[in-house]
Amino acid sequence: MITLIDYGVGNINAFVNVYKRVDVPVKIARTKADLIGAEKLILPGVGHFDHAMNQLNRSGMRETLDELVLEEDVPVIGICVGMQMMANSSEEGQLEGLKWIDAKVKKFDERKIDQVTRLPHMGWNDVKPAKDILLFEGLENNAIFYFLHTYYFECNRAEEILATTTYGDEFASAAHYKNRYGIQFHPEKSHHYGEILLNNFSRI
Amino acid sequence: MLRPRIIPSLLIQDNGLVKTVNFKNPKYVGDPINAVKIFNEKAVDELAIFDIDATVKRQEPNYSLIERIANQSRMPLCYGGGVKTVEQAQRIFSLGIEKIALSSAVIHNPSLVTQIAERVGAQSVIVVLDVKKKLFGGYEVYTHNGKKSTGLNPFKFIEEAQELGAGEIVINSIDQDGIMKGYDMSLIDKARNSTSLPMTVLGGAGSLDDIQAVIKRHKIMGVAAGSLFVFKGVYKAVLINYPSKEEKEKLY
Repeated sequence: MITLIDYGVGNINAFVNVYKRVDVPVKIARTKADLIGAEKLILPGVGHFDHAMNQLNRSGMRETLDELVLEEDVPVIGICVGMQMMANSSEEGQLEGLKWIDAKVKKFDERKIDQVTRLPHMGWNDVKPAKDILLFEGLENNAIFYFLHTYYFECNRAEEILATTTYGDEFASAAHYKNRYGIQFHPEKSHHYGEILLNNFSRI
Repeated sequence: MLRPRIIPSLLIQDNGLVKTVNFKNPKYVGDPINAVKIFNEKAVDELAIFDIDATVKRQEPNYSLIERIANQSRMPLCYGGGVKTVEQAQRIFSLGIEKIALSSAVIHNPSLVTQIAERVGAQSVIVVLDVKKKLFGGYEVYTHNGKKSTGLNPFKFIEEAQELGAGEIVINSIDQDGIMKGYDMSLIDKARNSTSLPMTVLGGAGSLDDIQAVIKRHKIMGVAAGSLFVFKGVYKAVLINYPSKEEKEKLY
């Protein structure tokens, strides 16, 4: 069973659709009570960092999520801004992050991107796994994923980088620490590549 | 390497999939849900769906059809047609659509771009301009399926849309629509020079070579096509098609 955290930010329906196709049961959590007994958590997110943090902090679920992730070691995956929220802080906003992974979120250096549209980083790009783990099992070597973001995740400990992608510079398009995973791209919008990845998460 | 996006553009009228020529004579080409299923299997980069009835007939967006389309899709989706308010946009997002395309509503009420962008983020707000050549040179923006002229200069309006907080611009050439003889490259050049926002161009693609010509010139851009991906051959037999990953790699 996968629990999708619905705090009013992010495309919950897209995840429901993917898991329906691969026949994995999902539950949508909108309150603290909905989180009881969660086995695996997905934290989606789009838009502005502070808006997303505010919404989560006001959802009534924040404290329980910290308990589940930090004390009970429930596997959690943050997607896009959901990944960025797992960091300590973001250059996009003033609020503190969840501090689930030791990282900061920075804006891409536009000077290193040689094209008219520099930001956002939007479209399909390569994801190079840095480690051989279950999350990437069954993915082709040339798997590509859909990205849409202006800020990127920078791990303070290099060994927590799970995959890299190049846009101007190379950045961590996936990260992993203990029971916590973050991915910058959108698996729910990345065809069979994303379906494989989300299905793998359900088996972690 | 970030890739340019190659985007099928689907038109919907009376719950059916249609294709026009110069925005006229819509020809029925099939069931939209079936087409979306096939494009999903073909792993398209992104899919754009425009309801060409909604604004003209003053209808609400067809939410049940949008929902069925979203449920079939595991790729980014853009929906346009009849969206006039923030509430309508939010309802469409909640069904599983990433991007909302605004056209006539924005021309009459430019602040709508800002209002929607504030709620859902600029990346999700697309401004679509249907553009026609003027008799004595230059271009003009049209609405209502190319029937109403607005007197607006598209390149000035692009700049305005960027200031208002749009996340992307779609330039649709009425003159090239359905002709399948290639894009209006001078229109694309002028539009590209008007903004640094992400841009998608539509109208005129008759072959993958036409798509490649835009990519070679502009690199990272959305390159959209209607007829090319629903017709096959000189007699325009209906056949949903889209290049494979390997064929696309050759176009970049």
